[in-house]
Amino acid sequence: MDVKDIINPENFVYGKSKVLTDTVMHYCPGCSHGVVHKLLAEVIEEMDIQDKTIGVSPVGCAVFAYKYIDIDWQQAAHGRAPALATATKRLYPDKYVVAYQGDGDLASIGTAEIIHACNRGENIVVIFINNAIYGMTGGQMAPTTLIDMKTATTPYGRSVELNGHPLKITELIAQLEGTCFVTRQAVHTPAGARRTKRAIRKAFENSAQKKGTSLIEVVSTCNSNWKMSPVQANEWMVENMFPFYPLGDLKDR
Amino acid sequence: MAEKLLKKGNEAIALAAIRYGADGYFGYPITPQSEVMETLMEEMPWETTGMVVLQAESETSSINMLYGGACCGKKVMTSSSSPGISLMCEGISYMAGAELPCLVVNVIRGGPGLGTIQPGQSDYFQAVKGGGHGDYKVIVLAPASVQEMYDFVGLSFDLAFKYRTPVMILSDGAIGQMMEKVELREPVRRLTDEEIAEKYGHWATVGKQPHRKGNIISSLSLEAWEMEAINLRLQEKYKKIKENEVRYETLLCEDAEYLLVAFGSSARICENTVELAREKGIKLGLLRPITLFPFPEKPIQDLLPQLKGVMSVELNAGQMVEDVKLAVNGKVPVEFYGRMGGSIFSPQEVFTAFSEKFNL
Repeated sequence: MDVKDIINPENFVYGKSKVLTDTVMHYCPGCSHGVVHKLLAEVIEEMDIQDKTIGVSPVGCAVFAYKYIDIDWQQAAHGRAPALATATKRLYPDKYVVAYQGDGDLASIGTAEIIHACNRGENIVVIFINNAIYGMTGGQMAPTTLIDMKTATTPYGRSVELNGHPLKITELIAQLEGTCFVTRQAVHTPAGARRTKRAIRKAFENSAQKKGTSLIEVVSTCNSNWKMSPVQANEWMVENMFPFYPLGDLKDR
Repeated sequence: MAEKLLKKGNEAIALAAIRYGADGYFGYPITPQSEVMETLMEEMPWETTGMVVLQAESETSSINMLYGGACCGKKVMTSSSSPGISLMCEGISYMAGAELPCLVVNVIRGGPGLGTIQPGQSDYFQAVKGGGHGDYKVIVLAPASVQEMYDFVGLSFDLAFKYRTPVMILSDGAIGQMMEKVELREPVRRLTDEEIAEKYGHWATVGKQPHRKGNIISSLSLEAWEMEAINLRLQEKYKKIKENEVRYETLLCEDAEYLLVAFGSSARICENTVELAREKGIKLGLLRPITLFPFPEKPIQDLLPQLKGVMSVELNAGQMVEDVKLAVNGKVPVEFYGRMGGSIFSPQEVFTAFSEKFNL
């Protein structure tokens, strides 16, 4: 049997989602964004809602999400994605609106917007990438940076005295009456990626059922700014991030 | 016969929003304009026209809700007063950069800082010269009556969509709070989602259609040449606005030897100053810019051959006077009279200042 005989549709076990564009991603090798983008695109394709989904991209590494996922996109000011998403969903209640944010965007400069959008129970999907660092600006401390973690603005490690504690904003959001589904996932293993995809799918379904806000935190790596190889970064995440940011559903109703 | 009501300027804004087919209002309470959202909430337009009204958690959030709504090709608006508008300036810059239509109403209070709740015109520079970062302009309309508060809502939406740019109604606490007769115009129907997709679907985020690529609304361009091209396109748009959208009104300018230039509530006061002057045999006229950007330069220049002097009258330390001076370009003396921080001049006070400055 020749290779050519193997390459035929019946034998396909995996394909790139049609909702992903062919644009080469700017993300560093090992970064979680690429996997999460893929999962989001697959969910949009499988639910057949490409024409009904409006994305809101943040300021940060994922600012260019609009280059990779082939839907209509709004590029928000830093931290304000939930405000854009709120208006979009209110004005188009039958469309799906997804805000994609990083930890600096969602948990620092945009704290007010995310808390109030969730508290109002906007029927939107929020994907929250928490890699405990500012990626695009070059590795500064984020609100989610762990104690003693070294960053460009905490070169000797984050100190509680100087910088306060890492912010568990997802726990906070889970307390809000407006949220229906709050979960924390990771995409460092195939099993983790599958669970994350199921969570994204559930969030979109919640949105259709107008159950309130769904938020999926994805504990992620930023190996470039953590100054590790992708494999080391995954190991470091498991050892250091997961104890402080434990995976699992915080709320599902 | 059109319905006539006795309304505050702020209430007129709210009624006009509903009747001009606005899709969404997003705002945050601040004196002296809170009646706008209060009236909208009382009217419950979501039950009638389907208009969305939402109280946001801050002015920052309000303007970003506008950004989202405007991305969708919807007619969206907010209103606030000076400190709130300062918070919105970032968002207005984003919307100007992303070329999005919206209406922002500023019912000015005297500043700086938390300032006062009394009227002022001290946000002229902020409105006309930018406010936020970057080379951008917004169309600025200055109403001088409750009727104009109402009418300019419709005009603002027309201009905002014609040029895909934010438009600002620059009012003040006096016009916002005073009650006058207002004639309600023929209602304009809200566009349906299908009509919006048809009209604006080539740029708005209404959901990606199979025949086109995904629409992306952004003000970001990391390539300098690309960003410069966007800037040049914006400047071209502002040039067109300057050529086509200048609006102003004159009072007794035909034979005028002296000219007052004043906008909004100052212009209302100056109408009486012109009367006082005329009673004394002084040929004084008034030019009231209705658009502050684009500024009525040419109408002022056209009057210069007959003029001995011009005085700009404003509720601030002298802001529009700079544009008047640019228009006059040294051809006749330009003076300024103003009060600040919520204090308002009387017609007589303006006349006295005018007489002293020109030795009449």
